[in-house]
Amino acid sequence: MRLESRFRWLPTPFRSLLLFVVWLLLNNSVSPGHLILAALFAFFIPVITFPFREPQPLIIKPSLAVKQFLIVLYDIITANLQVALLILGPVKKLRPAFVKVPLDLTHAMPITILASTVSLTPGTVSAEVYPIPESLPPGEEPTERFLLIHVLDLDDEQALIDTIKQRYEAPLKEIFQC
Amino acid sequence: MYSEWVVSILLLIGGAFILIGSIGLIKMPDFFMRLHGPTKATTLGMAGVLIAAMVFFSNAQDGISVKELLITIFLLITAPISGYMLIKSAIHHKLKAKDGTKGLDNVEDD
Repeated sequence: MRLESRFRWLPTPFRSLLLFVVWLLLNNSVSPGHLILAALFAFFIPVITFPFREPQPLIIKPSLAVKQFLIVLYDIITANLQVALLILGPVKKLRPAFVKVPLDLTHAMPITILASTVSLTPGTVSAEVYPIPESLPPGEEPTERFLLIHVLDLDDEQALIDTIKQRYEAPLKEIFQC
Repeated sequence: MYSEWVVSILLLIGGAFILIGSIGLIKMPDFFMRLHGPTKATTLGMAGVLIAAMVFFSNAQDGISVKELLITIFLLITAPISGYMLIKSAIHHKLKAKDGTKGLDNVEDD
């Protein structure tokens, strides 16, 4: 996990790119004036706001991040179809369950991304990360973490845990190198 | 002419998914299961409506219209967070899950 960028004048490269694209999308134009303004914003806003924020892990492998984004997008579409079928089908056949998934990730941001992907993909909503930070003595790091998820229709608990770990957690570990 | 067909079909698909999400809200027996409809089935519905808006405005005006993509991105970011907040407060209030829900002992008291 790397928290500091290689370039001091560009502390958060991904956020700069995001600002650039969002500004152009908001204005719905690629005229030279907006390109220059977007570049200025993308450069100065991260530099000015960087000292206020806690350092976040950087994306080390952008190509893998793009691939993972497309995989998740595909999964969102299939998840929508699956959940739509489950909703329309008989309610009595559903087997709801709470499942605890052990986590290998340690930093808050990759865990947030994992929890969001789990919420958006097939039949699962993430509920809680254990242990809850407030329940620990101050200054102590938990040795192992769990993600509590609610499943709409649980078939095989171990298979579900394996899918989440391989399909969503392993790529995140590689993207952030942690 | 063609674009009208595309827009109508996309609107119908989007509307259908949003409707299914809302049906889920009524049909499901407990809070935790009800949450699945709004966090998922509506994402694709909104995507359908927004793509329809993109096609419509690209045709109605000069040049293509892409600012609807922003709405999609913000929806994708905020839907899981609001779902998470809802389910977290539900656990905090110890809402009853449907009988036969497996793994209830995985839920810790806080």
